[in-house]
Amino acid sequence: MRSASRFLSLTILGFAIVSFGIGSGLFAPSAQAGEVPVPKLAKAFKGEQCVEPNDVMRRNHMEFLKHQRDETLREGIRGQKYSLNDCIDCHAVKSPDVAGGKVRTLKPFCAECHSYAAVSIDCFQCHTGAAVPGIGKQSALPADHGMSAKEKALFATVEKHLSKGADQ
Amino acid sequence: MTDTSMSSVDTSPVDASSVNTSRRNLLKGGAAAAVVTLAPGITLRTVEAAITGPATSAKRWGMLIDATAPEGVWDLAVDACKAEQGWGKAEKDANPTTDPQWIRKVSIKDPKTGAKASLPVMCQHCANPPCVDVCPTGASMKREDGIVLVDKHICIGCRYCMMACPYSCRSFVHEDVRGQKPHMPRGKGTVESCTMCVHRVDKGQKPACVEALNKAGSNAIMFGDLNDPNSDISRAVSQYVTQRIRADLGVEPGVHYRGI
Repeated sequence: MRSASRFLSLTILGFAIVSFGIGSGLFAPSAQAGEVPVPKLAKAFKGEQCVEPNDVMRRNHMEFLKHQRDETLREGIRGQKYSLNDCIDCHAVKSPDVAGGKVRTLKPFCAECHSYAAVSIDCFQCHTGAAVPGIGKQSALPADHGMSAKEKALFATVEKHLSKGADQ
Repeated sequence: MTDTSMSSVDTSPVDASSVNTSRRNLLKGGAAAAVVTLAPGITLRTVEAAITGPATSAKRWGMLIDATAPEGVWDLAVDACKAEQGWGKAEKDANPTTDPQWIRKVSIKDPKTGAKASLPVMCQHCANPPCVDVCPTGASMKREDGIVLVDKHICIGCRYCMMACPYSCRSFVHEDVRGQKPHMPRGKGTVESCTMCVHRVDKGQKPACVEALNKAGSNAIMFGDLNDPNSDISRAVSQYVTQRIRADLGVEPGVHYRGI
């Protein structure tokens, strides 16, 4: 009787381990038919290299953003390495789901993994995900404050040139 | 923060096809300083972003508002605040009982003498802010340099700070917000108020309301460091008799008024 119950509990433990392994993707890295497709991340709109290696960003981006948001807001430290505006600057993409595809926003990029992992974030209830020219370190272009119409037209041309092909 | 600057711009017409650089070459420099020639006479210089801060108690940001200024200038200040921070609605959509008001024009009249004045009232950025005392989550906070803010990341929208504020200067966001400014996230269910344009102040600029009045040739709102005896605002405060609203409460506001 005792050995039977021990066998039962071991079996349950084994099931738990196996199902944990499947759930965490250890045994089934690729999506099977009928499963949720594995995220395919869009290439960054701008820039060649993120502020940290990809695997570090994938695991820790939320920690980076959370730490820095407190330092920025509460202590007034600005211009540090991790910034949501910089995320937007590089990773915002045009999507037909957002504003009819007229603006670049970060939401589709974030949603790609977050919907797969069933993570619900509320950043964009307050933060705009929309890219604004001149905001972000990779812009390589100044904000348009105080520029004449001729200068604005010139910089629009330059920005178009810089981002050529990035939408595809 | 913009980390780039345009070192020179040729104002002569430029053929777009003469722009000759590759996106990769421009960007692979990353944060390092780089100068890229876009066209004859036009260079684009990227420099490493400087880390600024933290804010320290060596500074005490404050304002001096001249209530004797012509009444019309306060509308300029309110409109500039709306445009900068992205609050306020078109008149047909407005709901004055619930819409956020970061700054408002208040008209006062002495019932005995009939003397009238008009003045803008916004967050007074108290040294002893009651809103910070009562906040149950620590969202309502004062920076080292005296700017009082709401950390909306941890604000639960209980509105206790709105009840505690003697100046009724905090607002609750009742409705969904769209089209926020990149520097000023705003969302339903949180409390907000004047930030003294902290995003501009940290860049060394003046608050939007002050700049709008300066552009219109008015110095009706002065902004500066009250701790620096040589700042314009410190000189003005020592030169004129100023007062702070409800000074009897002992909350030590950072906003001073003249002429009320």
